[in-house]
Amino acid sequence: MIAEIGHFALILALLVALVQGTLPVLGAWRGNDAWVALARPASAMFFVLVAIAFGCLTEAFVVSDFSVATVASNSHSAKPMLYKVTGVWGNHEGSLLLWILILSAFSFLVAQFGGNLPPGLRARVLSVLGLVGVGFLLFILLTSNPFERLDPAPLDGRGLNPLLQDPGLAFHPPFLYLGYVGLSVSFAFAVAALIEGRVDPAWARWVRPWTLVAWCFLTLGIALGSWWAYYELGWGGWWFWDPVENASFMPWLAATALVHSAIVVERRDALKSWTILLAIIAFSLSLLGTFLVRSGVLNSVHAFATDPTRGVFILGFLIVVVGGSLTLFATRAPALKAGGMFAPISREASLVLNNLLLATAAGTVLLGTLYPLFLDALTGMKVTVGPPYFNSVFIPLFTPVVVAVAIGPLLSWKRDDLLGVLGRLKMVLAATVIAALATWYWLGDGPVLAVLGMALTVWLGGGALFEYADRIKLFRAPAGESWRRARNLPRSAYGMTVAHLGLALTIMGITVSGAWQDEKLQVMRPGETVRVGAYDATFKGAERVAGPNYSALRGTFEITRDGRPVTVLYPETRTYDTSAMDTTEAAIRPTPLSDLYVVIGEPDGQGGYATRIYYKPLVSWIWIGSLFMVFGGALSISDRRHRVGAPSRRRRSVAAAGTA
Amino acid sequence: MTPKRRRLWLVIVGMVTLGIATGLVLFAFQDSLLFFYSPTDVVEKGVPPDRRFRLGGLVEEKSVVRDGVTVTFRITDLNEVIPVRFTGMLPDLFREGQGVVAEGKLDGDGVFVASSVLAKHDENYMPPEVADALMKSEQWKGRQAQ
Repeated sequence: MIAEIGHFALILALLVALVQGTLPVLGAWRGNDAWVALARPASAMFFVLVAIAFGCLTEAFVVSDFSVATVASNSHSAKPMLYKVTGVWGNHEGSLLLWILILSAFSFLVAQFGGNLPPGLRARVLSVLGLVGVGFLLFILLTSNPFERLDPAPLDGRGLNPLLQDPGLAFHPPFLYLGYVGLSVSFAFAVAALIEGRVDPAWARWVRPWTLVAWCFLTLGIALGSWWAYYELGWGGWWFWDPVENASFMPWLAATALVHSAIVVERRDALKSWTILLAIIAFSLSLLGTFLVRSGVLNSVHAFATDPTRGVFILGFLIVVVGGSLTLFATRAPALKAGGMFAPISREASLVLNNLLLATAAGTVLLGTLYPLFLDALTGMKVTVGPPYFNSVFIPLFTPVVVAVAIGPLLSWKRDDLLGVLGRLKMVLAATVIAALATWYWLGDGPVLAVLGMALTVWLGGGALFEYADRIKLFRAPAGESWRRARNLPRSAYGMTVAHLGLALTIMGITVSGAWQDEKLQVMRPGETVRVGAYDATFKGAERVAGPNYSALRGTFEITRDGRPVTVLYPETRTYDTSAMDTTEAAIRPTPLSDLYVVIGEPDGQGGYATRIYYKPLVSWIWIGSLFMVFGGALSISDRRHRVGAPSRRRRSVAAAGTA
Repeated sequence: MTPKRRRLWLVIVGMVTLGIATGLVLFAFQDSLLFFYSPTDVVEKGVPPDRRFRLGGLVEEKSVVRDGVTVTFRITDLNEVIPVRFTGMLPDLFREGQGVVAEGKLDGDGVFVASSVLAKHDENYMPPEVADALMKSEQWKGRQAQ
């Protein structure tokens, strides 16, 4: 019964979304205020109905109603409650429902907080969101109904993949989706602006906070996913350039570019068409990401081809959304009035450079991700594009971005003098050279790339701090004056400094953990000791222990440093009852300075166990840096410019904008 | 600066960026495109010893020999057999008779020295390339019953 209510609510939601997607935009076109006003109640209704459907599916998972097919194939009665709930989105159908729930929530929020938007723009934005909702609801209802019943119902479910039974991964998809779907708001604003035929600074001021929200969640989602890969997969790595990871990284690159180009539209009224195009690209990439992961096309082109209903729908939907919005862009963008001029050396130009490089980087990642699929589909040849490709393409493209990030904020708008700015940065430049030389000296037989990594860290971190000190005239004005300036700086300025520092910290973590890590792989018998980094790890033995729905082989390792005890680590290999499948649970001792990472493997039959121990200096700063970036984004969102004083649109006749 | 000149600048910078990116991509594709071969492919095509590739098939029954952290085993597509040597921790799902994909290169004696071994994280999973390769060898029909 509950499942049928959910199903019914979804069908009603489709009808409401159809109304939200058509009437307000038509009303805005025909000047029918009643239709325009319909957008707000419709978006509330849309959200409530999808929330009911999502609640019904959650209920089915919580009470383990195995007559629902989704529950039967993805849950198990013996699973801990947390994973019953998170199992709702741990599968294809449920994750699509989560996607649409977040979409309806965003459209509801735009309607509620969009009080200061002109009614016409708000109606068009909500209509576009409604139409995206229609597409997804049709996809769910026609090809992936989460409420399908099984008759007879099985006695128990097939269980959730044990690897996914982990808090890090349980909350990774919601954050990622909040990011993906958040970009749909930027997309809706872009399409609405194209329909209206005008983009002005006020438009950018509305779009930027939404894009920032999406960007923050996307950053958080990616960081969470890579952290999960680090501690759960037991390989000690944290990023594998796996297609699934790339699927979330491409929208992130585009969203990062968008966050920056929207600044230019807001402050200088320039780069309008490019910003609109970026918003379209960013959302298209998040759609592509969702479908790449969800359609199974990555596992096998053939599995995808043998069940074509979903595939064809996905391709059709992508073509309609991407093709439709790009066509609209092609016809409308030339009418957008070009704004402020700027010289090749100016803050605008540095942001253009950042955008070009980020977009190109996203393009190369896209190529590397899709190339094997196309080659397989066209010729049947099996190739893999692995980390070497991405490293050798991505690092050269990203390095100039990082170099420019330190310089850009110091340039003034319109035009500036590069040599003058570099002159102001001479202390940072000196520190960078020293860092590079010091790295070269201490590197030993580590990778030469570490020299670049450390130089970029110091350059970027130093540049961000210098820019902040420069703004508050630190040491150049009396302390009281600096303090007053620091307090009066807008939050978005702090947001930028914190986010750029975060990027520097992440680069530092990546570089140091890669260049100075120590790894020991051996068979150990109880009592044996291995030295890794500055630590000694003594293997005390292994025993079998029982968990709630698994049994595990647990090793005990005593860690000492210079003879003094530091900690005891218990790595496990778990065997889950419901599937004949093992997972490796690395034992990690994280500290701000270094992580110790211990993995225990199979017994060799003679009392020994295969063990692998890593010493990874500063590795946690990869994720701490990501949190800095998220915090910086949040600071920017909270800037009073976005909250107070409804951004007022410059009065300008539509006709004038259209003919210019 | 006129709008026209600015656009020219943008186009030039954009083209240079794209050109560099294309160069990088082509250069990277040369080295890092990994082909997938089945044991039959390896025997028939005669892969040179220094070329990295991915080898996939079934882990032959009773072929796994452990010596400390070095493991030797044989990968078969039921037609041909290639011996493999690997130093490291085998993935949790590595079993005899199961599908596996190894990445590495042949040494002078025809032994495949693997730098990584993948067995996917699902007990029902047969790497699609392996399933294809087995189909082609015509010795194996459909997915294995679990």
